[in-house]
Amino acid sequence: MGTFAYFPHTEEDIRVMLERIGAPSLDALYSDVPEEFIRKEEYDLPSAMTEDQVRAWFESMAARNTRLKVFAGAGAYDHYTPSVIPYITSRSEFLTAYTPYQCEISQGTLRYIFEWQTMICALTGLDVANASMYDGPTAAAEAMRMCVASTRKRNTVVASSGLLPNVLEVLRTYAHYSGINLVETWDVAEAVAEGTLDLAGVIVPSINRYGLIESHLGLSDLVHGMGGLLVEYCDPSALAVVKTPAEWGADIAVGDGQTLGIPLCYGGPYVGFMACRTDLMRKLPGRIVGQTHDAQGRRAFVLTLQAREQHIRREKATSNICSNESLMALWCTVYLSLMGPEGMRRLNALCYEGSHYLKEELLATGLFSDPFPDREFLKEFVLTPRCDVPKLQQALLDAGIFGALATEEGYVSFCVTERRTREEIDNLVKVIMEAGL
Amino acid sequence: MSRIIEGLLYSKSHEWVKVEDGLAVIGVSDFAQSEMGDITYVDLPSEGDEIQAGEEFGALESVKASSDLYSPVSGTVEAVNEELESAPELVNQDAYAAWIIKVRMSDASELESLLDAAAYAKIAE
Amino acid sequence: MRYYDKLIFELSRPGRSAFSLPRPEKDIPACGNIWRESALDLPEVSEPDVVRHYTNLSQMNFGVDTGFYPLGSCTMKYNPKINEEIVSMFGGLHPLQPASTTQGVRDIYSFMDKALAEITGMKHFTFLPCAGAHGELTGLMLIREYHMSRGDSARTKIIVPDSAHGTNPASAAVCGLDVVVVKSRPDGLVDIEALKPLLGPDIAGIMLTNPNTLGLFEKDIKQIAELVHGCGGLLYYDGANMNPLMGVVRPGDMGFDVMHLNLHKTFSTPHGGGGPGSGPVGVCERLVPFLEKPRVSGFHGNFGVILRACAYILSLGRENVKLAGRLSTLAANYIKESLKDCFKLPIESVCKHEFVFDGLLEPNGVTTLDVAKRLLDYGFHAPTIYFPLLFHEALMIEPTETESLQTLDAFIEVMHKIAAEAAGDPELLKSAPHDTPISRPDETTAARQPILKYSKV
Repeated sequence: MGTFAYFPHTEEDIRVMLERIGAPSLDALYSDVPEEFIRKEEYDLPSAMTEDQVRAWFESMAARNTRLKVFAGAGAYDHYTPSVIPYITSRSEFLTAYTPYQCEISQGTLRYIFEWQTMICALTGLDVANASMYDGPTAAAEAMRMCVASTRKRNTVVASSGLLPNVLEVLRTYAHYSGINLVETWDVAEAVAEGTLDLAGVIVPSINRYGLIESHLGLSDLVHGMGGLLVEYCDPSALAVVKTPAEWGADIAVGDGQTLGIPLCYGGPYVGFMACRTDLMRKLPGRIVGQTHDAQGRRAFVLTLQAREQHIRREKATSNICSNESLMALWCTVYLSLMGPEGMRRLNALCYEGSHYLKEELLATGLFSDPFPDREFLKEFVLTPRCDVPKLQQALLDAGIFGALATEEGYVSFCVTERRTREEIDNLVKVIMEAGL
Repeated sequence: MSRIIEGLLYSKSHEWVKVEDGLAVIGVSDFAQSEMGDITYVDLPSEGDEIQAGEEFGALESVKASSDLYSPVSGTVEAVNEELESAPELVNQDAYAAWIIKVRMSDASELESLLDAAAYAKIAE
Repeated sequence: MRYYDKLIFELSRPGRSAFSLPRPEKDIPACGNIWRESALDLPEVSEPDVVRHYTNLSQMNFGVDTGFYPLGSCTMKYNPKINEEIVSMFGGLHPLQPASTTQGVRDIYSFMDKALAEITGMKHFTFLPCAGAHGELTGLMLIREYHMSRGDSARTKIIVPDSAHGTNPASAAVCGLDVVVVKSRPDGLVDIEALKPLLGPDIAGIMLTNPNTLGLFEKDIKQIAELVHGCGGLLYYDGANMNPLMGVVRPGDMGFDVMHLNLHKTFSTPHGGGGPGSGPVGVCERLVPFLEKPRVSGFHGNFGVILRACAYILSLGRENVKLAGRLSTLAANYIKESLKDCFKLPIESVCKHEFVFDGLLEPNGVTTLDVAKRLLDYGFHAPTIYFPLLFHEALMIEPTETESLQTLDAFIEVMHKIAAEAAGDPELLKSAPHDTPISRPDETTAARQPILKYSKV
């Protein structure tokens, strides 16, 4: 004892403490546990490693992964991370705090969440945002539940088949166990217009799984006319340039903040966001930070509207969500502060330029055709392959490139972010041309 | 000690009822508001909603608590006190003046199972 | 800590910027009605502005690295720094990369599966859930799958003790289950006599945390498991309180069928101001076939958090894993025994990693909230307050195994001092805290007239 860095107890400390308690040994503190449940065998775990050994262990694991040039999206995008962000988020005052229950010593967390809420409102155009959610797909599932909770006695939610595959999968899971009737269709307007559904809500993507920017003209009137709510699933980075959920007349916006400078990190942690109109505020799940003042009249921030939450309402709560992804919300807040409106416009213009260039170059190879020639896209697009797809993917992999993701419908998808240089794009095209496809 | 007004009917879940022009006027008792503390929000039903005796029709919220409102009678909501939307503190100021909903009853005999002031005083302690 | 009253928006001046991007050749040729029309109102600030602003904000925050954080049921143990360092080795991996390019990642997942199974006595884990409550929901989905697979569709009720974490009933409701509450006995444990009549063919299972939220071990767990299994139900273990059992007792050995772990509690990953966490769910043999079915998050769970927990397990090793739980229990009992002379201990018993006081022995008008706020003046985070709901003035203290005897003694001394202040100068406590960036805020106004975003004056 006293030989492990995270345990400060010396033999003498333990003796003093046991004496105060009146227990003869550490094991005596488990006298209330039936003897048969106390584990006597050694745990089958590796022997304790030193820091250097831990580092070496992970280095050996990392060496067995391949870092690829990412030309793929499908819900995770390779945007650049300004160096300021990890520097700020690794400050231990942020990193090692918990949910800001004691607001007097948590004004740092509370203020950045308030800033995050403000920025999510700015991006989506909606009135109110929560403190964040686990990820985009779970935020969509919470929005689905919110539709049902907000429209009395209605239980059907129509989801566009154009949503990302992983969003639809999570929606199916939550709908199945919550007893919500989830209808998936490519033609949302038609399904709603039939008017035969007990419609609680409709979920559509702002940019669909093929990367196409969707038009939702007239959709909100249609959905509202049938008594439902309109939810838009969006890429918050793209909202700097594409029409906002508010401009389309949506009631709720959700999506994943990963595109706001969060590294790919094999899929997480990312951060979900959720915003809505003021009149739905009290149905919003998750934590919410509000502004008030302290006893001396100074501006102060607190967790508010907590009567919706599980620690008060238990089984009647709007959601079971208790934690959020606070540190990742800070990540995105710092990102948006650094980028500003001009940075976000420029970043999107770079994505647009690079992806359109790649698409033209790929079409010029004659190995692909364009299934959606009249539709606009921003950074991700699909093509119809006229070649052997596994061979195409392998040729790219051999060249250290991850792209040409196969979609369920037989397309291949590519994605170009601002990080992909003209040389990298040209190289990708060259690899394909030389692959003998 | 909370106030209990003679002449009103009370439910065990701390709502009061007064029959006025054939409508059941419903609010919460002074005991209920004092237990809640500063009320921050009253969740109201919509006019025209059908409600059942013993079922929830709304909720009161304070900073650290939430309490469902149960209807003492069945019927149709004829009116809701919209003033409470912007001024929930009215319930704290005078729980018997701050009515919450008015209900056109479908079965007036349900009133018979409610408590009078003396009987309610025994549970509101 | 110093009060700093800026929001990033208030530092903004048109034309400033802090991004580092090349110039595109041309702007997006925004034709058609699919483009944004409204202006984008984000701050325009320089890089030094940003760094200084968030550094100032951080200085109004209290973390585990700042001081003692005895927040009950949250296991605020030390977050090792090597865990942070190794994460950057994996930052650039796309979640959909082919398996042939992610062998190392898959080895880490399978190591973690094996290690957590060994520590808990479960068979296998899924890593998709992003937090404890998310794990609860996933675990309940697995319980439903199990019953449905047997055609046992009438099992729609789940039993939850009145002392349970609030997430338990909330998760059950999201999973489409009806909650049945079982009462605690005066000694704080599940009342077996009250449990028996609840059991039947409509019971999907029971959710328990053991030790429970009073920090007391459910001694009758063997009998509870037999009763619940006997009626065809399953046992769910809420791993929020796993820390005192780590290295001592395995939930699988006690008869639990499904459980979650909070990697951000028991396995030392930082709480990050309220996330990201990770809530892997483990199951016993007969539930393994259903483990991959509920798709509850976007990709592979919070991989970055799983990496940190993995580093912790490697550092701990089989030698130290046996001590973590025991030392957390030692610390909790030490504080309990040292403070019960001035705080009301409602249940006299050996506790595990945490325990609950029911306010001051002689309150003199001072509430648990006042005690909590005064603690902030003395440089400690407050315990969890007003939970569990079994007591009016609950004060729930969890010290963890990473605090030294000196720290525990300093906390004990301050708590005694606060008890003395309550007797002599209760006003001092009622108006506390006095030495923090802000004093008590007006929460009623915040909830009555919510201001949830910044607007330019």
